Amino acid sequence: MTSDIAIPDRPRTLAEKLWDDHLVVKGANGEPDLIYIDLHLLHEVTSPQAFDGLRTEGRPVRRLDLTIATEDHNTPTLDIDKPIADLTSRTQIETLRRNADEFGVRLHSLGDKEQGIVHVVGPQLGLTMPGITVVCGDSHTSTHGAFGSMAFGIGTSEVEHVLATQTLPLKPFKTMAITVEGELKPGVTAKDVVLAIIAKIGANGGQGYVLEFRGSAIRSLSMEGRMTICNMSIEAGARAGMVAPDETTFAYVKGRPHAPTGQDWEDAVAYWRTLPSDEGAVYDAEVFLNADELEPFVTWGTNPGQGVSLSQTVPDPASFSDPNERAAAERALEYMDLKAGTPLKDVTVDAVFMGSCTNSRIEDLRAFASIVDGRTKAENVRVMVVPGSARVRLEAEAEGLDKVFTDFGAEWRFAGCSMCLGMNPDQLAPGERCASTSNRNFEGRQGKGGRTHLVSPLVAAATAVLGRLASPSDLARFDSPAARSTTGIGA
Amino acid sequence: MEKFTTHTGIAMPLTRSAVDTDQIIPAVYLKRVTKTGFEDALFASWRQDPEFVLNQPAYAGASVLVTGPDFGTGSSREHAVWALRDYGFRVVLSPKFADIFRGNAGKQGLVTGVISEADVEALWAAIAANPGSEMTVDLTARTARLGDLRVAFDIDDYTRWRLLEGLDDIGLTLRNEDKIAQFEARREAWRPRTLPVR
Ligand code: SF4
Repeated sequence: MTSDIAIPDRPRTLAEKLWDDHLVVKGANGEPDLIYIDLHLLHEVTSPQAFDGLRTEGRPVRRLDLTIATEDHNTPTLDIDKPIADLTSRTQIETLRRNADEFGVRLHSLGDKEQGIVHVVGPQLGLTMPGITVVCGDSHTSTHGAFGSMAFGIGTSEVEHVLATQTLPLKPFKTMAITVEGELKPGVTAKDVVLAIIAKIGANGGQGYVLEFRGSAIRSLSMEGRMTICNMSIEAGARAGMVAPDETTFAYVKGRPHAPTGQDWEDAVAYWRTLPSDEGAVYDAEVFLNADELEPFVTWGTNPGQGVSLSQTVPDPASFSDPNERAAAERALEYMDLKAGTPLKDVTVDAVFMGSCTNSRIEDLRAFASIVDGRTKAENVRVMVVPGSARVRLEAEAEGLDKVFTDFGAEWRFAGCSMCLGMNPDQLAPGERCASTSNRNFEGRQGKGGRTHLVSPLVAAATAVLGRLASPSDLARFDSPAARSTTGIGA
Repeated sequence: MEKFTTHTGIAMPLTRSAVDTDQIIPAVYLKRVTKTGFEDALFASWRQDPEFVLNQPAYAGASVLVTGPDFGTGSSREHAVWALRDYGFRVVLSPKFADIFRGNAGKQGLVTGVISEADVEALWAAIAANPGSEMTVDLTARTARLGDLRVAFDIDDYTRWRLLEGLDDIGLTLRNEDKIAQFEARREAWRPRTLPVR
């Protein structure tokens, strides 16, 4: 790319390269830089006022060809052909439909094959790719950083700004390298890695930073796994998370509906290969983790940083030296109705939620299915499996996973955010306890008074089998995979 | 955003201090999906009282609000500014504004002028003596005039410049339209496009 903006002649990080390559105007004396946005994703919750702002000022959407919308937060996961009962939900969705129609924005509505959680839809269409900037009025936009893109959530005024100008005035972020070296044990997944990272640096430890995940353990992850990790960067307070693109990334993007083809593909890959951080590039902070030591992880509290290995006990608030952390732990245990010292594997649950933009892609569903296949759910739990998109639902059904889930006793639903935040009817009742593959365990997040334990799809599955928090290794003692496999998926 | 140089309109006194954003617009109105049409929500609970100043015929169509100190405290909701703007207010004069409210106002074209407490009292008295009288606000000179009474107000240079030029955040960015277009001209062909669907 040629421009009059000088590129610094020193080793740069991935984040710095992306920033430099999207500079429209370099801010002079303390003003923000103006950054170009390659891809703008919209959904029904944070877009209405942005469109109304455009209307008031008589402004069009500058780049309809870089803009796409889907319905996800409010959509029901049952009876999707019936009118939406909740008035606020229905108004938000109908408003998005009207706005998309009026301004000419491509929209995937409920019932459409490409509808789904905005962060599942972008990658699946091949719109999310390395080397681009992605924004959406949603904090978990960090998911798309898994491709080696710069992706972050924005507020409604910023949504309006991007719609009108395709740019954002921004101050550069600081960079933090999170290096995970080694090999993950069987049964330990990307979700466990990211929960362990957040527990290590804290729910605010990433504030002001773009996190770059690196090291052999990250390199060996699939794109789905990398998306799970980047998705939860925001739970460490970070602005964005990213993984440098490599052959795994290129293979995932290639052939998707919006992936470049022919010479464009060659040009793109050539550029993408230049993106990984240079030898000697300096980060503002560095964190190291040993993958060999990681075990299946679970949260016991009400922020994603309050987590431990599943084989441990509920921590004693007195063990926290920081007085704020101690007080937070006391409050969390009270809300979660947990006693210090209780083995986490003794904790029984009422519900298992398999879904959300953290873990609802086809690979996540396959992992869940590999455990529940041929088994029956524990009587005390209700189990809900919600695919991230309509396409994931179709793919899963083509593989027969829906049958595995329903035979197990789980509910097989339509795509959307669902019980991740309970804006639709999928909510926990007060006091109910849930093992959830989502990303936030805040008080009341999954329904007023609901209690959330964040876990991986494998832990969610084992928990659904036993009715208490469990890892797949706990199942071996009860039966053997060979004796029960009906689809050949295997454990 | 419209340029603001001078404005003449009916002045309305709100003889209270510390009017917070919940009073300006109660939270129930935040469920709406529009950025306009909040005129009915302005001072919604106070308006239940027929005696409330907004309900007095003399102030129908008022566009300059003269109020006590600490106006706009509380939440950061931009709706507070939208409600004032939608009702028809172009100017608020007060001895002190909450910072976030002031910032939001500047972005939406609502002038927030800081005047002395003595001037507020003087304006209130003058308006009370002659309800429904008009005030002229001159942003270039940073003065407000009501009959013979002339007061000076403060507004920071940057906000004043934006208002005089009629620039909201988007308008500001669009001053670099040529740079954006140049950037777009050199974007590579491989970058994603959402249209057409293939
Ligand atoms: S699934 Fe949950 S976290 Fe993801 S976009 Fe939807 S509500 Fe947000």
